[in-house]
This record gives sequence, structure tokens and C-alpha cells, in this order.
Amino acid sequence: MNTAYHRWRKLKNMLVQVLTCVCALLVILPLGLIFYHLVKSGLGSVNMAFFTQLPKPVGEAGGGMANAIVGTGELLGLAALIGVPVGALGGIFLSEYGASRLNWWIRLGADVLNGVPSIIWGMVVYALVVMPMHGFSAWAGGIVLGMMMVPLIMRTTEEVLLLVPHGYREAALALGIAQWRTIVQIVVRTALKGIITGILLALARVAGETAPLLFTAFGNRFWNHRLSDPIAALPLQVFNYAISPYEDWHRQAWAGALVLLLFIAIINAGVRILTRDRFLQRT
Amino acid sequence: MTTEQRNPLPALLPQPKTLREGHASASQSLPAPGVSAISARDLSVYFGSAHVLKRVCLDAPAQAVTAIIGPSGCGKSTFLRAINRLHDLVPAARIEGQILLFGADICHKSVEPALVRRRVGMVFQKSNPFPTMSIADNVTVGLRLNGMRSRAALAERMEQALVMAALWDEVKDRLNAAATSLSGGQQQRLCIARALAVQPEVLLMDEPASALDPLATGKIEDLIFELKKNYTIIIVTHNMQQAARVSDYTAFFYLGELVEYGATAKIFTQPAKKQTEDYVTGRFG
Repeated sequence: MNTAYHRWRKLKNMLVQVLTCVCALLVILPLGLIFYHLVKSGLGSVNMAFFTQLPKPVGEAGGGMANAIVGTGELLGLAALIGVPVGALGGIFLSEYGASRLNWWIRLGADVLNGVPSIIWGMVVYALVVMPMHGFSAWAGGIVLGMMMVPLIMRTTEEVLLLVPHGYREAALALGIAQWRTIVQIVVRTALKGIITGILLALARVAGETAPLLFTAFGNRFWNHRLSDPIAALPLQVFNYAISPYEDWHRQAWAGALVLLLFIAIINAGVRILTRDRFLQRT
Repeated sequence: MTTEQRNPLPALLPQPKTLREGHASASQSLPAPGVSAISARDLSVYFGSAHVLKRVCLDAPAQAVTAIIGPSGCGKSTFLRAINRLHDLVPAARIEGQILLFGADICHKSVEPALVRRRVGMVFQKSNPFPTMSIADNVTVGLRLNGMRSRAALAERMEQALVMAALWDEVKDRLNAAATSLSGGQQQRLCIARALAVQPEVLLMDEPASALDPLATGKIEDLIFELKKNYTIIIVTHNMQQAARVSDYTAFFYLGELVEYGATAKIFTQPAKKQTEDYVTGRFG
């Protein structure tokens, strides 16, 4: 037994392991830094008032971002109304009725759209919705976020449906079950957790979008009463406060960023727990 | 293929009498008197430009087991899947000729594949119970998704199917457990029960025991022996001992052609063709 050679092999093994481990840790380092900084600067301003009160005028202490928190919720709800059905059904088409030239182009289009800068989305919806409606509105904000969700959800839905073994489709069809029922009750049901994961991740992704909302939802310092009026959103409020010259608003901006990050972290953690499944075995 | 509505709750087993009332097909490829359940007439299957199955004529008698043997790539599975219209899923596939199910063509484009598949069940090589469903739901899925609502009727059909598949005693106490919690052999019998629950007339089996251990294989073979009293079974197998054990008739396919077809005893002891003899004696393939 060549022990020197073996020691060298062991060393190489260890080196590779350490190197890959360091790189893996580097991935979460920025998250750690961001989180540390946000907690340090923002935690002091996260209190009951932050969640329950409207912004106070400049110079007055206190106030909160209740309207922005609710606004983000409304915008995500509107976005989901558009993004989930269109994205999921489009993904089903790509996966289940695939293998044509059309699908190749749809896939390419979706991938290109996923890479379109979010500010461009904002400009598109400004032209399509805001200008004809003569004003910024919650509708426009929901539409832009929903449009951004469509290609994301479509591609993840397609991917998880393609993971469903072909044998399940054949087994269902061989029982004389109609194709649409096979798709809905067998294929989609088998992949449902993955589809929901994709939807939640798309929501988490657009929840933090700021640029497209600048031209659409616009922001609002008060409660939004009609969806045809401008509406506040957490990332917008953070942006507006962060670029303001007031010390008090800066603190609120840190708090808003912290809440937004925690919200996104909770969605992601929820996805992990949801997909940790006992019943469904992936083979 | 008729579009007559089948009685939603027919008797458990197809009535043998009605099957025998039909008249025998006049085909020369019929090896024995009796009704042929499946008759292939000049059946060709193409995938793109590849001619995979070449003008096959074969009559599978009712209430008998017909085994299809042959080396890999000879068209066995292609033939079987044609009977279930599964080639409809492959855009490049093209079919010529006819397949008759008790005399009615089931291959024509105008025939709804789902209606064919309700009369012709299929069991696949790899057991594929639906992972999101319980054992009970797996058995009744074909009935439920074809519109059967009555809980009592579903429960009855589920028990019948599981009894026929010789699985009832093993699962009756855990019908709501995940289907994937069963062993490999049990999963395959569950798939057979699932196919039987919709009460097909013909059961196609594509190497149903090739992934199972000898004990589980033995159970499946016993089951085939029982089922042929009431069903027409066509089984594709790589295992010649299995073909000899379970089948009444054997067809030998080679390079997409039906080389020889006849009573199993004859194919294995006095084959007419040299190729068949070489294959069944293990000299090639």
C-alpha cells in the first residue's frame, strides 16, 4: 500500500470538499449581511404603529406603513388573479400538448420575458393601462406584476409536469379516461405541490419589485379605496422614504425593507415545508 | 367498435355464453375454433419512416392467453400498444390495416380511443399506481373519472377487482394507505386490479412480471391462469418459460413480422419454422 500516495489522494479529496463548501457558504453570506444590517437599522422602528398606522407628515414623529403593507397584499392578489391561471394553463399546454414548433417559440418567448428588466414591464403597462385610463391605479400595478408572473409560472409548471413519469399518463389513458381528465386529475394532481411552489416563488419574486410599480401603482400616502386609484406598496414606500432627506423616514425605510425581506423569507420557508412531503415519493 | 352504452353496473364477469354465441372468424391464422377477441388484419405500424410492425395477421381467441415472444425490438410491445390505441399519443406513428375487437374495427381514426380503452385494459411493465392516491382510489380511479358516483357501487367494484387480482386479503385493512407503500409485486397486482375494475373484455399485459422476483412472478402467473376463465389475455414476455407456463397460444415475432403462431405446446415442441425453433431453444435472441 502506497501510503504517501494515499495521503495525497485524501488531501485532494479534502481540498475539493473545503473549496466547494466555502463557495456554498459564500452564497448565503450576502443574505447574512443584508439581514444583519436591516435588523440593526430597522428593528427599532418595527412596532405596532408601523403595522397599523398611516405615514405621518414630515416632521411628525411616528406613523407606519399599514397602507403599504395592505397595498402590497392587494397588488399581489390582483397579480395572482392574472398570473396564476394564465401561467399555469400555459405551462400545462407546453407540457401536455407539446412537441410542436409553436411550443418552441412560446418557450423561447417566456425565457426572454423572464429576462426583461422590470422597468420595461412598468413602461409597457404604463402605455397599455395607465395612459388609456388617464391615471395611475392599483389595477395597473396588479396587471404589471401579474404579467411578470406569467412566464415564471408557465415555465416552472411545465418543468414540474414534465417530471411526472409518462407511465402515469399512459396508465390513465389506458383506463379509458379522457385526456383532459387525465391531465387535470392525474398529471396536475401528481405535480400539484411543485406547481404551487412555482406560484409562491413567483409571488415572492414580484413582491419585492419596485421599478414596475413606479409607473403603474405609483404609491399613495393614504388608504386606497378604489382599485382605479393609485395604491401604496411596501417596496415603493421603502424607495420613496430611502431617497428622502429626512432621518425619520430613513428609519422607516429600513423597517419596511426588513418587513419585506422577512415576508419573502417566510414564503420561501413555507415552500420548503410544503414540499417536504411524506406521501409523494419522487422516483 | 360500438358506441353502445355499457350497463353502469354489469355483472362482475363478462358472460362467457355471449362471447361464444358469435361465430368464428374465417381467418386462417386462427389456431383453434372459438371466437377471436382480437384480430389483427394486415396490421402495419410506422414510426416516421421506420416500418416497425409489418402486415401482421393474428387472431387471439377469447378467454385464452396468447403470449407474444420475440427478441427485443421485434415489435411485440408495438403490437400490444396498437390494440390499446396508445400510438395515438405519438405524433409520428402511423397505422395501416385493421384491428378487430370481437369483429369491430378499433383502429379507425373515427373510433374514439377512450371507448376502445375501456374495453381493452392494459398492464404495463413498470408498475405505475398513481402516487397521489390511496390503494382504494387507485382501484376505482377508472370508474370515478369515467363518471361513476355511487359510493356503494364503487366500493363493491373495488372489492371485486382486488379479490380478482388476489390482493384483497393483503390490503383490506389498509385501503386508505398510499399505493406506493405496497411492495413491487403488490403494486403490480394493484395495477391489474385497477385495469380489471373498469371491466374490460381484453387485458393486455406488457411484460407484467419482468421487474418482479420469482415469488411475485409466480403470483402474477397464477393470477393470469385464473383470469383467463373470464378474460381474453394477450401477454408480451421475454421469458419463454413464462410463455410456456401461462399461455394457450404463442406468437413469435421477429424483426416486425409474425413468424409463427399456434398452440403453445406446438410452438415450443414442434415449431414449423427454423427461426422459431432457434429462438425457443435459446440458440439466438
